[in-house]
This record gives sequence, structure tokens and C-alpha cells, in this order.
Amino acid sequence: MSFISLLWVLLLGSLLGLELIGKVPPTLHTPLMSGANAISGITMLAALTLIVKAEGNVPLLIIGSVSLGFALFNVVGGFFVTDRMLAMFSRKPSNKK
Amino acid sequence: MNLPVIIKFVIDLLAVLLLALGIKGLSKVKSARDANRLAAFAMSLSVVGLLSYYLGTSGIAIQSWIWIIIGSIIGSLFGAILAKKVPMTSMPETVALFNGCGGMSSLLVALGVAIFPISSGQENFDFFKSLINEVSISVSIFVGAITFTGSIVAMAKLQGWLSTPGWTQSKVRHFVNIVFAVASIIAFFDLINGNISSIWLLVIVSSLLGIGVTLPIGGADMPVVISLLNSYSGIAAAAAGFVVDSQLLIVAGAMVGAAGLILTQVMCKGMNRSLVSVLFGGSLSAQSTASSGSGEYTNITSCSVEECALTLEAASKVIIVPGYGLAVAQAQHTLREVTKKLEQNGIEVVYAIHPVAGRMPGHMNVLLAEADVPYEQLKEMDVVNPDFPATDVVLVLGANDVVNPQAKNDSSSPLYGMPVLDVQEARTVFVIKRGMSAGYSGIKNDLFDLPNTSMVFGDAKKVLNDLIGELKDLGVGEK
Repeated sequence: MSFISLLWVLLLGSLLGLELIGKVPPTLHTPLMSGANAISGITMLAALTLIVKAEGNVPLLIIGSVSLGFALFNVVGGFFVTDRMLAMFSRKPSNKK
Repeated sequence: MNLPVIIKFVIDLLAVLLLALGIKGLSKVKSARDANRLAAFAMSLSVVGLLSYYLGTSGIAIQSWIWIIIGSIIGSLFGAILAKKVPMTSMPETVALFNGCGGMSSLLVALGVAIFPISSGQENFDFFKSLINEVSISVSIFVGAITFTGSIVAMAKLQGWLSTPGWTQSKVRHFVNIVFAVASIIAFFDLINGNISSIWLLVIVSSLLGIGVTLPIGGADMPVVISLLNSYSGIAAAAAGFVVDSQLLIVAGAMVGAAGLILTQVMCKGMNRSLVSVLFGGSLSAQSTASSGSGEYTNITSCSVEECALTLEAASKVIIVPGYGLAVAQAQHTLREVTKKLEQNGIEVVYAIHPVAGRMPGHMNVLLAEADVPYEQLKEMDVVNPDFPATDVVLVLGANDVVNPQAKNDSSSPLYGMPVLDVQEARTVFVIKRGMSAGYSGIKNDLFDLPNTSMVFGDAKKVLNDLIGELKDLGVGEK
């Protein structure tokens, strides 16, 4: 992938993000922030790449593994917490009355 | 193109599509939960795509598998446990913590690649050779470090582990932060010039910069900062994407970065603050108590819980205005009991939700939903404001600045222009509050001086509990 095409990817990704988020009711801002935060843990892919490419270099393997741990903490925790918040909205008011 | 490349290409494309649909779906109440799961699925799909690609091309060594499994299990386990245990009121600091760890991950990847240039057979993964790699590594470290330390400071301040040190409110902090920023820039260019050892300087000064910028910011503005840092962690991920040459990372990082910026702007608007004043203005209460609005209250009416209960019993329409104080007192469940009693007596109850009620936009909705308040009873500001003149009783619980009429009437007030709830239009207003202390902004609230406003002093939870007792004595809600 050439640098220029990666820049295009960056630009279009940013525009997509702006467009997708533009129309969200305030109720969902906190879950959305938390969900988006979970997605930012996508750096786990970079950590994985690092580990696979380390070729037996132990310090690098450790750095990659720690990095992967941090990223997955973000991803797994983020999605669970978002789900917990959203579960409260989807509860039917009728069966609670 | 051989088969593994094609498969990875298709999976990546699918993952991006699903992530975009996920974010889109999170914007509607009905689809939000499924959308969150869709996004989680897309993330796991992307991992499968990446691993299968390496299995099909270079193969993955046993040693690598071991480290992958160790990292995954530990990270996922802690994440899942924390996510299950944490109380809903601590949501902002939890998001901050997760966010900081995402930043840390990007930082570590860049650090690893910089220190140990990886040799690779197939793809010519000659890291740290071209200028682009050097720049993206530097950006990834810089943004990652700021995200990490900034988020941790934000979390510590929200948890009350860290207070705002005095010196950070003086001009000294600008000088200190400028020194850190300049040092970062020097390290940045030194690194790009090929001097790898300056990477440590970059790590240290950008970490310090993250602390230095976040520390002076007051608790009220913290959600804005968290949202901004959330955007940064996206940028850090995108930079890491350039480092390891992954389009998927770049797209996802860019989407999160853009989303965080929009959210940040929404929050600033709701609080009538500009991003610049949040970032560089220091704590709002520190400035404004000195400058304006510190006038004395002249006409405070205080009343007992009993009187409050009597007025409520006679009402036919009641609006509840919940605020941050309610969340702190963990009183949302008690509040729900009170409103249940009123409803059983045929009284119409509605909750007026200011866009920044709680600590983050939408935080109050989550807290009330946790207490089983029907979603239909939560009304947004624009919807509920015309209803106040026809309302008998308004209960203000732990909200302050968002019900201050100064924002509409007094053009000299720092709050002027901020959208507020017009509670003073109602026949009677009860403000349940611990004492006469000012809100976040440190500004006097004109509402408290109005003749139709009565103060009920006490902890929100205790007052509401007493209220339940009084209502019971009056026979409200018992059929």
C-alpha cells in the first residue's frame, strides 16, 4: 500500500466518522462514546502483527503481548460496559409496572 | 494476489462495513444494543482475518501463539471483570481508564517497532527506514502517551484520588506545558532525523504533557476532556495503522477520532463552554468566584419535607429535574420509588433531562434507566420547556447551573447563553440540596431567590426517603 493511498484511507475514514456520528440523540452519547472507545482498541491488530513478526525476539514478544493485553482490556471492557448501559434502555417498561 | 491476501482483503472490507453499520446503529435507541454487538463481532472478525492471513503466508510460530494467548487472556479477563463490577455512576471514569489503555497499546506498538526493527521475508517490512514510518511512529508515541497519562489523570480526578493542585490554576502551568510541548517537538524531530535514543525523551515529555494539560481542568469539564482523549486514542490507533501498514486500523482509528471530536463539540455546546476555554482556562469555579456572580442570597425560603409532601399530594403534574448531585447520592432508585407513589395517585410525572445532566451527555438517562424509569418519561429540554407553565410542582434534585435563569436574563453572567430548563415558570419549585454552595460554575443561582422556590436542605437520598415516609402517612399511592 503506498503512502498516498493510505492517506486517502485516512481522509475517507474521518469523513465517514463525521457523517455517522452527526445525528445522535443526547440519550445515546454516553453509550456511543463508550462504544467508539471500544473500537479504538483496534490497535490490538497492530499488537498482533508485532507478535507474529517478532521471530523469537523475546523483548519484542513481551512488548507485543503487553500491548495486546492493554488493547483487549479496552476492547472487551468497552463492549461489555456499553452493552450493560444499552441493556437498560431496551428493558420493556410494561413488565416492570 | 494469492489466496490469503484476497481472503484478508475481503474480511477487512467486511469488518469496516460492519463497524460503520455498528456506529450508525448506535445512534438509535432501538438498534443500539444490536449495533454494539455487531461492532464487537466486526472486531473479532478482523482478528480472525489477520491471523488467518499470517497462517496462510508466513505462518505463526508457537512462541508467538503463547504470547498472543497470554496477552489476550489477561487483558480480556480484567476488562470483562471491571465492566461487570463497576457501578453505573462511575461510567465516565471507567471509559477514561479503558481509553487510556487503548492509548498505551498504540504507544507500545510504536515503541516496539522503533526499538527492534523487524526483519521480514515477504513484504519488505523494513520498519523505521522511510520517513513515513518514522513520522507515524513518533505520532503514535506522542498521541498514545498523552492519551494514556491524560486519561489516567482524568480518571483519578473523577474518582477523587487526585485534587487540583493550586499551582495549576496560576499562569505557571502554561509555561510548564509550553516547555513540555517544545521538548516534545524537539524529540520528535530528533527521532525523525534517525536518533532513536531520543524516543525515550519523547515518551517522557509527552507523558508529562498529558498530565500537565489534564491536571488543571476542573471536575465539571472532565467529561469534555475524556471525550477529547477518546478522539485522541482513535488518532493514536490510526497512527499505529500507518506503522504496521494496516488500512483497517487507519479507517477504524479515523472513524473514532472523528466521532470523538463531534461528541466533544456537543458537550461543549451543552455547557456553554468553548473547547479552548476548557483546555486552557483552568477550573471554571476558580475564575468565576473571583469575577462575578458571588452576590448574596436575599430571599431564601426553606421548607420541610412534610410541606413538600403536602404540595406534591395536591399536584396533578410534576416535573423532576435530576442532576449530578442525584447521581452522587446514588438516589435514583429512591427517586423512582417516590415517583411510583405519585403515579399511583394519578399524578403525571415527567423527567426533564438537560443535555449535560449527570457527568456526560446521556449519563443521566442511563442512571434513570437503571432505576427502571420508563424511557417515555424522559423528556429532553426542548420538548419539556413549553410544559413548565402548566406544571404544579418541579423537583430539582442535585441540579444547579442547568436551572439558573441568569443564563436567559443576565447578559453579564458567565452562564449567559447556555440553554437551561425554565423551571421558574412552574407554580412551585422545590430545590433539594445539601446547602447553599454554588454549582460547578461557582455562580449564584437566581432561581433560589424567587418567591415560588423553596429549598429543602439535606442529602438527596435522605430527603427522598423522608418524602416516601411522608407520602405514606398522607396515604398517597395506597389504593
